[in-house]
Amino acid sequence: MRIALKNGTVVTDKLSVCNLIIDNGKITEITDEVPQTDKEIDCSGKIIVPGLIDMHTHLREPGQEYKETLLSGSEAAVAGGVTTLCCMANANPVTDDSALAAWIVKRGKEIGLADILPYACVTKGMAGKELTEMGILLQSGVCGFSDDGKPIISGEVMRRALEYSKYFGSYIACHEEEPTLSDKGVMHEGAVSANCGLRGIPTEAESVMIARDIELARLTGGRAHICHVSGSRSVELIRRGKADGINITSEVTPNHLTLTDKACADYDTASKVNPPLRAETDRQTLIAALKDGVIDCVASDHAPHHKDDKFMEYDHAAFGMLGLQLLIPLLTAQIHAGAYNWVDFARFTSENPAKILGLTNKGRLNKGFDADITVIDPVTEYIYDEKVNRSKSVNTPFWGKTLKGRAVLTIKNGKTVFEI
Amino acid sequence: MKNFLSTKDLTKEEILNIFDLADTFRELNTRGVKKAPALAGKTVINLFFENSTRTRTSFEIAEKRLSADSINFSVAVSSAQKGETLIDTVHNLESMKADIFVIRHECSGAVKFVADNTPVPVINAGDGLNEHPTQSMLDIYTIRRAKNRLEGLNVTIMGDISHSRVARSNIWAMKTMGMNVRLFGPPTVMPNDVTSFGCKICKNIDEALDDADALIILRIQRERQGELLIPSAREYARFFGVMPHHFVKMKKDSLILHPGPINRGVEISSHAADSDKSAILEQVENGVAIRMAILCMVDKGIKA
Repeated sequence: MRIALKNGTVVTDKLSVCNLIIDNGKITEITDEVPQTDKEIDCSGKIIVPGLIDMHTHLREPGQEYKETLLSGSEAAVAGGVTTLCCMANANPVTDDSALAAWIVKRGKEIGLADILPYACVTKGMAGKELTEMGILLQSGVCGFSDDGKPIISGEVMRRALEYSKYFGSYIACHEEEPTLSDKGVMHEGAVSANCGLRGIPTEAESVMIARDIELARLTGGRAHICHVSGSRSVELIRRGKADGINITSEVTPNHLTLTDKACADYDTASKVNPPLRAETDRQTLIAALKDGVIDCVASDHAPHHKDDKFMEYDHAAFGMLGLQLLIPLLTAQIHAGAYNWVDFARFTSENPAKILGLTNKGRLNKGFDADITVIDPVTEYIYDEKVNRSKSVNTPFWGKTLKGRAVLTIKNGKTVFEI
Repeated sequence: MKNFLSTKDLTKEEILNIFDLADTFRELNTRGVKKAPALAGKTVINLFFENSTRTRTSFEIAEKRLSADSINFSVAVSSAQKGETLIDTVHNLESMKADIFVIRHECSGAVKFVADNTPVPVINAGDGLNEHPTQSMLDIYTIRRAKNRLEGLNVTIMGDISHSRVARSNIWAMKTMGMNVRLFGPPTVMPNDVTSFGCKICKNIDEALDDADALIILRIQRERQGELLIPSAREYARFFGVMPHHFVKMKKDSLILHPGPINRGVEISSHAADSDKSAILEQVENGVAIRMAILCMVDKGIKA
């Protein structure tokens, strides 16, 4: 079937109001003409971007299906304009075995909403000691390796992981945390933690590990992708590492671009996330670093938790926030605030993740590329509530809040997978 | 007030009202028959999720002197050990028609969390590192009784500021009362962003004692914080404790307070604890009257 998305603002290297033609699951034309098609969809006033590629989610299946499943996570993804997502390996059991990795890929295909690319563990059992069968895991469809949720404490293990994954052209996605510095901390260490008596996690818990891993990437020539960067010092280290030509990339979450440690002052456990929401100066640094390319992309770190894991003392509540359906509204807010434009948006959420993941036919609205397309209404306000939310969980500081910017149509391989 | 959770948003007038009411109870507590009917027929539950002897006893005496039926619920005998959630425990006690909860909990913010989720009035008897507002009220009340004023007095809070809920509650309330609060302690137990408290940070003990009208000496809890932050008791005593030789530098009428229990010879020498500058036992006495006042106010739901 030939479909025309008519009169939308198509985002490539520039913005152009024109018609985007899809045929047989591919983008076939971007044109001012009105060619003959089977179906026309009016996209006036809407923004058309390449389907979002979210490099960092937790879908909780297998093991914690009461929080999220591959199905509910996929539904949240496409409702959030995400057509490709990577799921972290810290389910139960952890993804350290090719059979489980292959099952996740297969289950994603059965669901048929978004491509689900599993990460596999760097170390067996995520125990930080022995490397997984990286070659076999890659053959079963994993996108890369990460012990996310846990830092790799041993420098030796990280060194060998970078060396070995390099042989297969893959990379290590690093959860950067020096555990003796984060210790019993539950929020950013700073003025707010000093005032509200919650134990703090210093920014250096992140930056000292980033410094180590940049040095190890230099030593090995391996590729390190720094997950969910949160602090100014971390940004500075990545900037220097990139300037030195070291093979590193990085991501930031929409939550860290938007919120600060002030959100924790009232002990609202929805604000509890690891790495923690940092100070306003850190937030400003992250916004600028994403614009200038020190941070490559935006990833949601979608981390659903059941109310039973959040409705309790702040110290005991689980770390993590929803993210899949917040990528678009929180970045739209940055665009409205003048920090970014829509070309930036497409680069952060699709083009750069596609490059990092090595996805060749995705990431741009190019002729011949896969028709993974998201149509965004950037202006209509809505409330993030149970009618909008597709996740099984509701753990976000934005619950009940009015947002602007939302996917109204998500197309995967030319097929509509979500529409309003 | 429905709850008494924090000194952060108390006004000067509210604090003075607590003190006025405490004056009458302080007088009652010196009589032969120490009983008032204010809370007769009311059930007050002291919900202690963290060990405490003196605060719990002080509250219990205050409740009994106000004729309340007071019940102690402590973690050692509670369901929390069986995996019941905090709020489920609270809802159970609610169903038994409790009229006031007095809560101590090891987690910062936990008492507010309960207050947000129960219709029963809540008094904070100490939450984690955050606040211990009744202790702050009795500290300031004790200083006022000795000095007859608060505005402009220099107070130094000495010790483990990072982990002290007494320090936090006192900083907020003392600043509201117009007092000059200074902080002193080893750098390992000063919060990273301590300047955000808006208090002077003393560089050494001489600066801490200089011109101080009152000292709040905090208990060193090495059993709780481990030995990393403070290398030894004798090291602490030598550089951070209030010792006899300091007396020559101190103001003649300066007052020494300590929330107890004291570690003699560590943060405070016996000479200091037993001197005529010490108001430590008066604090304990005033604590009962202050808690009676706060119980009454919370029960009546009146503006402090």
